[in-house]
Amino acid sequence: MGMMRRYFLIAACGLGGIVCTHVASADDEADARSERWAELQRAIFPGRTISEGAGVIQLDAPPRALDAALVPFTITLPSDKQIKSVVLVIDNNPGPLAGRFTFGAAADPRSLQVRMRVNSYTNVHAVAEDSAGKLYAVQKFVKASGGCSAPAGSNDEESTRNLGQMKLKLVSEFAPGEPVQAQLMIRHPNFNGMQMDQLTRLYTPAHFIRTIDITYDDQPVLRIESDISLSTDPVIAFGFKPSTQGKLRVEVTDSKEQSFVREFAVPAAAVSSTL
Amino acid sequence: MRGRSLISRRHAVLGAFCLCCAPGLSRSADESNSVKTTEIARGIHVRRGADEVASAQNKDAIANIGFIVGRDSVAVLDSGGSLHDGERLRRSIRNLTDLPIRYVLMSHVHPDHIFGAGAFLQDKPAFVAHAQLPQALAQRGEYYRERLEEVLGRGNAGPIVQPTMLVSDRTQIELGGRSLELRAHAVAHTSNDLSVVDSQTGTLFPSDLLFVGRTPSLDGSLKGWLRELSMLGSIHAKQAVPGHGPVRVNFASAASKLQQYLETLLRETRQAIANGVDIGAAPEIVGQSERKNWTLFDEYHGHNVTQAFKELEWE
Repeated sequence: MGMMRRYFLIAACGLGGIVCTHVASADDEADARSERWAELQRAIFPGRTISEGAGVIQLDAPPRALDAALVPFTITLPSDKQIKSVVLVIDNNPGPLAGRFTFGAAADPRSLQVRMRVNSYTNVHAVAEDSAGKLYAVQKFVKASGGCSAPAGSNDEESTRNLGQMKLKLVSEFAPGEPVQAQLMIRHPNFNGMQMDQLTRLYTPAHFIRTIDITYDDQPVLRIESDISLSTDPVIAFGFKPSTQGKLRVEVTDSKEQSFVREFAVPAAAVSSTL
Repeated sequence: MRGRSLISRRHAVLGAFCLCCAPGLSRSADESNSVKTTEIARGIHVRRGADEVASAQNKDAIANIGFIVGRDSVAVLDSGGSLHDGERLRRSIRNLTDLPIRYVLMSHVHPDHIFGAGAFLQDKPAFVAHAQLPQALAQRGEYYRERLEEVLGRGNAGPIVQPTMLVSDRTQIELGGRSLELRAHAVAHTSNDLSVVDSQTGTLFPSDLLFVGRTPSLDGSLKGWLRELSMLGSIHAKQAVPGHGPVRVNFASAASKLQQYLETLLRETRQAIANGVDIGAAPEIVGQSERKNWTLFDEYHGHNVTQAFKELEWE
């Protein structure tokens, strides 16, 4: 990456009078971004062809993030193409491969929402893979900065104390046999190892969620393989196809090999369920 | 083409800054070395902060800061938003009195209130703060300093000064003939809010537990802030010096406007959560009726909704 990047920093961040905005003045900024994406494609999808994804997959994100440590991304799969997985890539994050989402037989993959940390102004790519193994990508530019190295928020202590606590809410009308949208909340600090304690000069050790497996009556709904970009206390909205009565089971494993399992009776216990 | 549009935007933003700093051009050289303060009660001098975000032009002089002069010594509260801001405040003090500066209060961790502290190291005062401030400074101090230097230029933010006297509940400090009552608050605006009452004049310094006119910024707990605000009301102070806004207000009427903002935020965020609105869409829906009441609404309100959402979605 020999390209010169000059940033013109104008004003700074949210709290205490600093609002983060920076504008890249270099003409080659756009080139650098597409070069970065080309590099990532080779690394993440070696030897694969990626087609334009418009019409197959849609990615929505706020153009300017209100909180860089918690940027909501919505992935919509509008067509009736059989999509088996989606990969979310935040190009300029320290760990660009932010998540891989694999849909199972009981999934309703049409809408998926996750919250991610965004470290700097970046392109974000969502890449869908259909059942024939073809890849489709769409892109969004997101203005956010400091989401990865931003120091601990006031919630982090609570997240650690309540580690593994979960809540499940149904956010659309429940009707047996019909797809329903659910929201899963997980207490986890998701320390990414980039937050420094300035007193000890030590980084808070990384401790983050690796996988989330969601099943409904033993049928796979969604598998999420995540990395250091997932926000603190992640919230995931997804769709699945329930029957009259059933159990949604969530299993979370993290980078310390800890595992948390919760079961929610649907619809009965789904509104609010904790440890 | 893309490069061109970015450059033109940069010019547009710089243009906006020039408008903000235009009034500064009329200042005389002497005045620019010190801050303009108002004596709002006997011995209490307050500088009004600009209702702007931090910029190279305003040197982050955006918070209300000042000092209290007693018979024997001076207390500074707060020290300012940058080393430059603190140095100017110190000159204002020295233009008025040679009494020793014994205390520099640090009302909370936000940079616009504490980065002036470096200007007072030479006075060897006690730097007084909430017991939770060291922890917050450890987590954020360097991050804030770097962000501030991006705005002000390298070397212009000032050092991170660690507090030397911590308050975990309540305590008093003496300036000679007048005592200041210090109170460490539960998590509210931040996790480390310290308020002060000057007993001689009945003046309350709630710092950023009270915003007037400028959109509040939520960085602690929404529910906690409402509780602490109502507790401060029970003090029945004669007057208050908000962290942002006019240098002197009637606490009850100013607090009622902030309370209305916070309660609207609480009620409508809860409602949005109950209605299944997602966190990305909530800022456009929640609290819009408050827009007309506050400056810098677009800079802070959306962030506040996001913070409130995070706090309330686990209820």
